[in-house]
Amino acid sequence: MIWTALDNWIVLAGALAGASCALVGAFLVLRKMSMMGDAISHAVLPGIALAFILTGSRANAVMFIGAAAVGVVSAVLVEAVRRYGKLEHGASMGVVFTVLFAVGLILIERAARHVDIYPEHVLYGAVELVPLHLVSIAGLEIPRGVAVLAVMLIINLAVVTVLFKELRLATFDPGLATTLGINATAMHYLLMTLTALTTVAAFEVVGSILVIAMLIVPGATAHLLTRRLLPFLAVSVAIALLAAVLGHLAAIGIPPWFGFEDTSTSGAMATVLGLFFLIAFLAAPEEGVIARGWNLAGLRLSIVTQDALGLLARAAEDPANPDGSLSASDFRSVSLSPFRSAGAGLVVALALLRARGLVAVDKRRFRLTQRGQTAAREVLRVHRLWERFFYDEGGVELGELHSAADLLEHYTDSDLRKALSDRFTGQRTDPRGKRIPG
Amino acid sequence: MEGQTTSVNNRDLEPATPSAPPALHVRDLTVAYHRKPVLWDVDLDVPRSLVAGIVGPNGAGKSTLIKAVLDLVPHASGVVEIFGKPYRRQRRMVGYVPQRESVDWDYPITALELVAMGLYRKIGWCRPVSARHRRRALEGLEEVGMADLAQRQISRLSGGQQQRIFLARALVQDADIYFMDEPFAGVDASTEKAIIAILQRLREQGRTVFVVHHDLETVHEYFDYLIMLNMRVVAAGPVAEVFTPQNLKWTYGGRLTLLDRAVDAIGQGSR
Repeated sequence: MIWTALDNWIVLAGALAGASCALVGAFLVLRKMSMMGDAISHAVLPGIALAFILTGSRANAVMFIGAAAVGVVSAVLVEAVRRYGKLEHGASMGVVFTVLFAVGLILIERAARHVDIYPEHVLYGAVELVPLHLVSIAGLEIPRGVAVLAVMLIINLAVVTVLFKELRLATFDPGLATTLGINATAMHYLLMTLTALTTVAAFEVVGSILVIAMLIVPGATAHLLTRRLLPFLAVSVAIALLAAVLGHLAAIGIPPWFGFEDTSTSGAMATVLGLFFLIAFLAAPEEGVIARGWNLAGLRLSIVTQDALGLLARAAEDPANPDGSLSASDFRSVSLSPFRSAGAGLVVALALLRARGLVAVDKRRFRLTQRGQTAAREVLRVHRLWERFFYDEGGVELGELHSAADLLEHYTDSDLRKALSDRFTGQRTDPRGKRIPG
Repeated sequence: MEGQTTSVNNRDLEPATPSAPPALHVRDLTVAYHRKPVLWDVDLDVPRSLVAGIVGPNGAGKSTLIKAVLDLVPHASGVVEIFGKPYRRQRRMVGYVPQRESVDWDYPITALELVAMGLYRKIGWCRPVSARHRRRALEGLEEVGMADLAQRQISRLSGGQQQRIFLARALVQDADIYFMDEPFAGVDASTEKAIIAILQRLREQGRTVFVVHHDLETVHEYFDYLIMLNMRVVAAGPVAEVFTPQNLKWTYGGRLTLLDRAVDAIGQGSR
């Protein structure tokens, strides 16, 4: 892998494009309008193509304004088609942006005969070509694409900084925003305008298809990781910057391992973004699949172990069962057993209780240890206090009490337990006259 | 029009004295989606310093009435005045509590930040929320008993808690007239009590509160004034006067089938 000055420019262009897109895209994600980004990025194509044809050049203000105008018009059209065409939002976007995109493609096919433009660059971008088109700014020769994107990022940063609280309110609660004098419709079209401008600016780097990844994936990833708006935006931008660096490294570094030539940087950037999202999706501290699964498994385990302890505690009260022990089949057959259907729950629960030293096994019969008795008494106590509560204060019938209490006993944390104990201080028996232990 | 015969027209009610214009004055308000009207010819003159319920069956246009007053949906016709002046000039005096389901509760903000939104008009464009504003928002949270959850992300709150912070946000707006869209929807009993206490306090402070409500059993207990709505104002006035079996029947009963059919016919015609 050879890293040259060209690679610096490519990474910088990718980073600037990624950061600009991530910043506006984050608000599209929050506004639940992600696909509007897709629609606009496609719809600007005829604007860009017309500008090519009219001026024969790729970078000028006319193209920017034209493309942005078409982008905003498409946002208006989507709304109009939805309202008057009796279509849902998705269908309305589908109608508008595919038609505009198709018009753009035809125009570009025409234009390609006259000017230096390739449809595949339009679709996927050509960040590798960015360093070849230089402009001179304040005596410095820098790639035109980098200059354009730097300006775009500054504009986006400025708007988000100055209108931070207005954007926050208008994207969260448009109705209230409007009554407070922050016109949510105007803010919506401001966001659409920024999206259109950013899409055009990032066009050379990522093209009109991959730009949707740049707009949406950073915000979608940050949404899983953050709980406040400022960190949400910061993480979105950070992810985009990291993806630019790692994407280009991957594009020029990885294919040679397998004997191929280096691959598309914009494609690699989008892939890296996808990987970031996958990692957050799986491993986010609270929202991630792993954390959720772990919490769910923990809850299930605590339910089955509490159930098993409860049964052993009841067995210990049975005068016909002097040592209070139960065999594995007793667990499945005793009255009130939640283990009636075959399942791994009982096996896991008993194994766990043995490992914790709460249950001992003697001649294939399970009984509570000293410590186990304390834990089991607590389970039974909470259960019977709940029965008392439902009977005394909920008017629940005797026959329904067990299942009602069973629902809640597993979710009773220490606060709730204390409240329950305080409410029934001095109460010694449950509604059926069984002793409340403890 | 067919509906007029069943309407207790509130022009029959005592007119507001010229010195104190009514809190809310609505004349000939009609709202239509496409060409199908959802609110017809609404006339209201609601005095100040009271809690007014807005009741009616699903699809009666209760939310639409609030949104039309607040200029959030376009009117086909009509005049709306707040304390005698057009709504647009009185925005500062008006507070709004949208339906809880109308926003995305996964949005990355804390309870305190949500409440501070009520201060955005006072803070002004392009200026950040300062420590002083955060203190005011915290006071708002205290008023609804939520100060200890100020830093919690809003998705981590229960439905009742979410409704309370919505209310806190309205309180810090310090408005003279409030429009609340179903503040009792899906809340627990203690939150309902807390909200009622707040509504009564607002009234004692001389403010006027409009509440879209569903539970007819609590109408007597909660409201001084009632607007019974079914696309038109069936009746509007002090609860004791208008909350009658006859009006209930007109609001919820089958008497409107003819009107419904007329509306359907108009809807058909526009297709």
